[in-house]
Amino acid sequence: MTALWWAVIASGLYHGLNPGMGWPLAVSAALMEQRALALPRALILLAAGHLAAMLVVLLPFSAMVTLVNLEREIRISAACLVIGMGLYLLITDRHPRFLARISPAKLGLWSFLVAIAHGAGLMLVPIYLGICAMEQEAGHAAAGTLMGADVRMALLVAAVHTLAMAFAGGVLAIGVYCWLGLRFLQKAWFNLDRVWASSLVLVGAFALFLALRS
Amino acid sequence: MNLRPDPSFYPTPRMAMEAPVEKLAFTLMLSPDFSQPDGLAVVNVDPESPDYGKIVHSVFMPNKGDEFHHFGWNACSSALSPLTGHAFLERRYLIIPGIRSSRIYIIDVKEPLQAKIHKIIEPEELFAKTGYSRPHTIHCGPEGIYVSTLGGGGADGTDGPPGIFIMDCETFDILGRYEMDRGVQDKHYDFWWNLPRDYMVSSEWGLPPQFENGLVAEDLLSNKYGHSLHFWDLRGRKNIQTIDLGENHQMALEVRPAHDPAKQYGFCGVVVDTTNLQGAIFTWWRKDDGTFEAKKTITIDPQPADPADLPELLKGFSAVPPLVTDIDLSLDDKYLYVACWGTGEMHQYDVSDPMKPVLAGKVEIGGIVKKTKHPNGKTFGYGPQMVEISRDGQRVYWTNSLYSTWDDQFYPGEGGAAMVMARVATGGGLTLDPDFWVDFPKGYRSHQIRLEGGDCSTDSFCFPSV
Repeated sequence: MTALWWAVIASGLYHGLNPGMGWPLAVSAALMEQRALALPRALILLAAGHLAAMLVVLLPFSAMVTLVNLEREIRISAACLVIGMGLYLLITDRHPRFLARISPAKLGLWSFLVAIAHGAGLMLVPIYLGICAMEQEAGHAAAGTLMGADVRMALLVAAVHTLAMAFAGGVLAIGVYCWLGLRFLQKAWFNLDRVWASSLVLVGAFALFLALRS
Repeated sequence: MNLRPDPSFYPTPRMAMEAPVEKLAFTLMLSPDFSQPDGLAVVNVDPESPDYGKIVHSVFMPNKGDEFHHFGWNACSSALSPLTGHAFLERRYLIIPGIRSSRIYIIDVKEPLQAKIHKIIEPEELFAKTGYSRPHTIHCGPEGIYVSTLGGGGADGTDGPPGIFIMDCETFDILGRYEMDRGVQDKHYDFWWNLPRDYMVSSEWGLPPQFENGLVAEDLLSNKYGHSLHFWDLRGRKNIQTIDLGENHQMALEVRPAHDPAKQYGFCGVVVDTTNLQGAIFTWWRKDDGTFEAKKTITIDPQPADPADLPELLKGFSAVPPLVTDIDLSLDDKYLYVACWGTGEMHQYDVSDPMKPVLAGKVEIGGIVKKTKHPNGKTFGYGPQMVEISRDGQRVYWTNSLYSTWDDQFYPGEGGAAMVMARVATGGGLTLDPDFWVDFPKGYRSHQIRLEGGDCSTDSFCFPSV
C-alpha cells in the first residue's frame, strides 16, 4: 500500500520534471511579465490543468470499480490501455498538431490537453486501481459506501500526484529563474519522448502482472 | 530527432549573440535569363581560412527558371518554445522556394560542404494543396514551417488571394492553408511574429502580373501596389487588424519585429513614396489593449540626377529614389540596416528608441547614378539589396540583385552577382571589409544570404533577453 502511494508521488515528480508538462512556461511567464509573481501564478494554472486531466481519466474508473463487480477485468483492461497508449506514442513519435493551436494565454487548458494527449492521466490509472483493490481487501469501506470511497480516493490520488508534480516543476522553474538561467533549458532539456512512452508501457506491464496474479 | 536541443537553438536573442561566430554562409544564385539552373552557394566567411570569401561548394538544381529569392531553415530557435515540444529537431535543411516556378527544394546541409537535394516539391502539389503559388518567405513556428506566397491560383496567380501555407517540419509535406479568416488581406509579401505574445504581422508587395515581367509603372503611379500591414492572431489564424500605411506608400516589404519577445514593436520598410520618391521605414507597435499602431519614423530622400544617367523608368523624375528594398534588425534590437538599392547606400540606424531612429553609419556602394566601386576597386553591380547581419551584430553581409526583371529595368545591362561584408564599429558606424569579395559563377545573380547556425532574419525567440 505504501509503495503504491510512493508511486503516486513519484509519477507526480516525474511529470513535474518533464519540460513537456510545462515548467518552462512558468519561467517564461515571469520573464515576459518581468514580475517574479507570474511564476507561481503560471504554476498554479499548469497544476490546475494537470489535476483536471487526472480527474477526467480517474473518475470514470472509480465509477466502474464500484458499479461493476469485475475488478480484475477492469484492472487488466486498464493495464492494456496504458500499454497501448505507450506503444502508440512509441510508434507515432509525433506531436499532436492541435496542441499548437492553443493560445499561450490559456495555460490551464494547455496543461490539461497536454496531459491527456501524452497519457499522463493514464499512467496513474493502474496505480489508482491497485490502491482501490487493496482498500477493498483491507475492508476499510462497507459495500454501500464504496462508491463514495472510490471517488474520494480518486480525488486524493489526483491531488497528491498534482502536488508532487507542481512541487517538482516549481523547484526547477524557480531554480532556472533565480539561479540556473535559461542556459539550463538549452543544456538539460532531454528528449524524454521515448522514455515517457516506455514508462507508460512499463507501468502498464507491471499492473497487468499484478492483476493477473490477483 | 536529437536527444538534446540542437546547439544552434537559443532561448534568447542575447544567448544567440554570444554563440560562436559563423564560418559559412549560404547564398542563393539565380540565372536571370533562365538559361542555367539556379543554385545554392556555400561561402566561406572565416577570415582565418585560406578560402575566406570563396564559394567552397555549390548545389545546382535539376530545373531551370525557378528564380530563387528568399529561403529559410526547417527549424530555428522557435523550436525551444515550451508550448510546442519540437525542441529535438535539427537545424539541418534549407527550404528554397522558386518564386517564379513555385517549385520548392529541400536541401540537406548537415555537411555543408556536401550539401545536397533532399526533396523536391513540384508546383502542381503546391497548387493542388493550397491554391497558392510563388512561395516566398520561410519561418518555422508553432504548427510547422510557414511559407508566404505572392500569388493565388491560375496561370497568372490572380485566381484568389495569396497567403501563407504550412508544411510539416519533419516530412515537409504541405499541410494546407494557414488562414481561417484573412479579412481584407488580398496581397502578400513578408511575415513574422512574436511567438509568446501570439501575434503575426504580414506585408504586401503586389500580385504576380505586377512584378513578374517587371515593375508596372502605371500601377505604381496609380498606387496599386500593396501599402498595408496586417496583424493576425497567430494561433487563432485570424486577421485581427489591418493598417493602411497610406496608398502613396507603395510596396510595404520586409517585416522585422524586435527579436526580444518582451518588446512589442517592429519595423517595416516601404520601397517608395509616390508623392516624393522617398523611401520610408514605419515603426509598428502593439498597445496595451492588444490593438496595433504604425508611424513613419524614417524617411530617406531621393537624390537629384541628370536624366541622361537614369533608366527610362526614372528619366521623367530627374532624381534617383532610394528604393528601400530590404531591412534587417540586429539581434540586440539596436541597429536597423536599410538597403537603398536605387541610390547605392546601406544605412545603419540606431533604433534603441524605435520611435526615434538615428542614422549611425552609412556605406556607399553601387547605385544607379553613383556606381561606387568596392574598396578593392571592383565594380559592384546594382545596389545593396538583401542584407544579413551576423548573430553577434559585428558583420553585415549583403548582395546586389533585387529581382531579375526589375534589375534590368533599373540597371539596364548585366550587373553580375556580388556579395560583400561590412564591419560594425563599436558605438555605430559601418566600413566595408576590403578583403571580402565573393566571385560568383558567370551568368548568375545573387539574392538572399543565410548564415550557418542562424542569423538575424531567421530565428524567432521564445524567451526575453532579461
